[in-house]
Amino acid sequence: MTLDQLKPGQSGTVTDVSGTGPLTQRLMALGLLEGTPVAMLRRALGGDPLEIDVMGYALSLRQSEARQITINIDHS
Amino acid sequence: MPDSSPLNTDQPTIAVVGNPNTGKSTLFNNLTGLRQKTANYPGVTVERHTGTIHLDQGEVTLIDLPGAYSLAAHSPDEMVSADVLLGRIEDVPLPSAILVVVDSTNLRRNLFMATQILELNLPVVVALNMIDLATKRGISIDSERLSNELKVPVVPMIAGDATCTAHLKKELQEQLNQTATERNTLVPEVRQQAEKLLAAQKNTQSTITCFDLERAIIDAGGAAETRWLNSSSTHSIATLQSVRSELAPAGTVAALEARSRYAWIDKLVRQIETRSTSKSPVTDLIDRATSHSLIGTFLFLAIMATVFQAVFSWAGPIMDAIDGLTAALATMVNSYLPEGALASLITDGIIAGVGSVVIFLPQIIILFAFIIFLEDSGYMARAAFLMDRLMRACGLSGQSFIPMLSSFACAVPGIMATRVIPNPRDRLVTMIAAPFMTCSARLPVYALLIAAFVPDRSLLGIFNLQGLVLFGLYMLGIVGGILTALMMKRFVLKGPTPPFLIEIPAYRLPNLKSMAIKLLDRGKIFLRRAGTVIFTVALVIWALVYFPRPELLLNDYETQRIAIIDSVSDPAMAAQQIAAIDHAESAAVLEQSYLGRAGRTVQPLFAPLGWDWKITAGVIASFPAREVVVAVLGTIYAVGDNVDETDTRLMQRLRNARDADGNKVFTTGVAVGLMIFYAFCLQCMATVAIMRRETNGWKWPIAAWCYMTGLGYFGALLAYQLI
Repeated sequence: MTLDQLKPGQSGTVTDVSGTGPLTQRLMALGLLEGTPVAMLRRALGGDPLEIDVMGYALSLRQSEARQITINIDHS
Repeated sequence: MPDSSPLNTDQPTIAVVGNPNTGKSTLFNNLTGLRQKTANYPGVTVERHTGTIHLDQGEVTLIDLPGAYSLAAHSPDEMVSADVLLGRIEDVPLPSAILVVVDSTNLRRNLFMATQILELNLPVVVALNMIDLATKRGISIDSERLSNELKVPVVPMIAGDATCTAHLKKELQEQLNQTATERNTLVPEVRQQAEKLLAAQKNTQSTITCFDLERAIIDAGGAAETRWLNSSSTHSIATLQSVRSELAPAGTVAALEARSRYAWIDKLVRQIETRSTSKSPVTDLIDRATSHSLIGTFLFLAIMATVFQAVFSWAGPIMDAIDGLTAALATMVNSYLPEGALASLITDGIIAGVGSVVIFLPQIIILFAFIIFLEDSGYMARAAFLMDRLMRACGLSGQSFIPMLSSFACAVPGIMATRVIPNPRDRLVTMIAAPFMTCSARLPVYALLIAAFVPDRSLLGIFNLQGLVLFGLYMLGIVGGILTALMMKRFVLKGPTPPFLIEIPAYRLPNLKSMAIKLLDRGKIFLRRAGTVIFTVALVIWALVYFPRPELLLNDYETQRIAIIDSVSDPAMAAQQIAAIDHAESAAVLEQSYLGRAGRTVQPLFAPLGWDWKITAGVIASFPAREVVVAVLGTIYAVGDNVDETDTRLMQRLRNARDADGNKVFTTGVAVGLMIFYAFCLQCMATVAIMRRETNGWKWPIAAWCYMTGLGYFGALLAYQLI
């Protein structure tokens, strides 16, 4: 599944960041790469953009951007 | 006028770099205090902040680079940081050392750019900032070990704390005496390829370095690639592409870089950092409320209503006071100086000119006090988060909301506020759309025209027709702004939608000293960069109105006055009649003035809009500021120049104005056309001047002026021809 499908409170681990452009490069520079644990914190009104936790800091990104990130959801 | 004053190149320079939200500017402000300069880098819209600090060896220049997460540059604006660090910017010497500011609560991500900086091989000091917050959150960092691993001094610190800054200064002083040290790269395969390309480079005059080639290889389509390709005709994209596919056959070199750096960083962080609380602090209660989709949005609207109210109404009394003060000053000067060109130059030219600049300060200061507080406390990122969806419908992003809203009070602080927008294209579009919002300077013009020409009657029992027209004019501005933004994004500044990746920093109490310095800086920028332009134009308009002096005409009116004093015995009656003569004299003088002549000369251009020379002269005179048209019309229609929009005599005169054939001048078409003209035209020198300063050139302000005023012209033309 992709990052945008997580519900607030759910967490997972990044398995792939797709794309080759500057956006992908930015995402990776921000620490989103294979193996990074992420958690969905909340969504803005209308569900977009979203706010996620990346190893201790909060990052806001749009749904379309989060769709580039494939994750494995944690089952707990 | 170059916007970049040279630095003292004899002094050693220390560059300050770091991620956004690391407290970098607070540290910079606390280190340098008021000894700062803000200018623009040549050719880009990035601000250059420099300051001076005193170290043991003497004065040292500190240069604050824009906050970034990586040295990768996909635009010339992003390239500025690398250019400063490599000593490639004119007037900015190669830094003797680099101060890397790191957020202790967020070591992992902050170290990414830090590792890139280290590979520049300059002496480096790492400031482990906000160490108090880290401790509070149960994060402990072995700074000694970090220092050993990075092989540079690491100073754990709190930006506003004097002991910490003293310690930091000591470390900086020590590094100034160090020379460059060759450090290992975390992506050796890229370094190797870069060195090969560098060796193959035929042009020995080239300023391209190994760093540039590394970036050119890594950042596909980026600024370093463009620069390398342009540096010689023998350089081709095919060379880079073959290097890239050799380095990363399946993926991108950018991903290779990120993986290599983070692999090293993750290993390091595991060794030096312990987190005792498993729960992430970002999920705290305040955040749940302020970023909540419903409660948060409601809170945001309440905060914005307060800001808007403050800029609109708190500034009002101060602006009135400035108005009163300039008027009192003018009266005082007039009582000391004999009537004539000098007195008029001082009162109507200089004092009024300075007044027209200073009048903007209250709104700028109030808005920026709010913006700086919201930014430094961490709220601004949440505001952008909440408003992004709405602003995206207008082709913009969440960060454009506050500049747009501020522009309803005044476009000048609104345009200055666009610097919260990181994407240069979005920033430019916001700057162009902002002046469409109905600002407070349009209100006197609207009020006069509506009161004079829109009947005060109710519509459907609930709506007042005058109110509806005012609402319509506001909507006209909003729709015009949105359509302009959409069209610009569609046709002029084409390109992919910029990413909306913003860090939501933890809430913190802003540092007052740093806030005060930033506020002062904004005020100074306005006065120096915009003030000079506004003042000059005000003087030019004064000269156009004052000269030439028609002596015969003036003598004639003087004779009339003397006749009244001699013949009318009732002093009240005499004063009234003399005032009438004064007003008639002003009107006659204006008609003879260069402005009046200009109005007549240019009038044919505006004849299709139904304007006579008087309206035309008023519009020309209001080139520096829209609201001036009210006073000019007051003079032309011989009511006196101290009129305001509520003057019923002026309304009467406007309604009754006839042309040579006895036809009404202000028909409904002309009146509606004038309203539309003032809704769109960019008759505001302050906006034009601040746009020049913020875009670092005349291109965009001139384009915006032509576009908006052209739009106003055609709007008025349509109104006159159709109604």
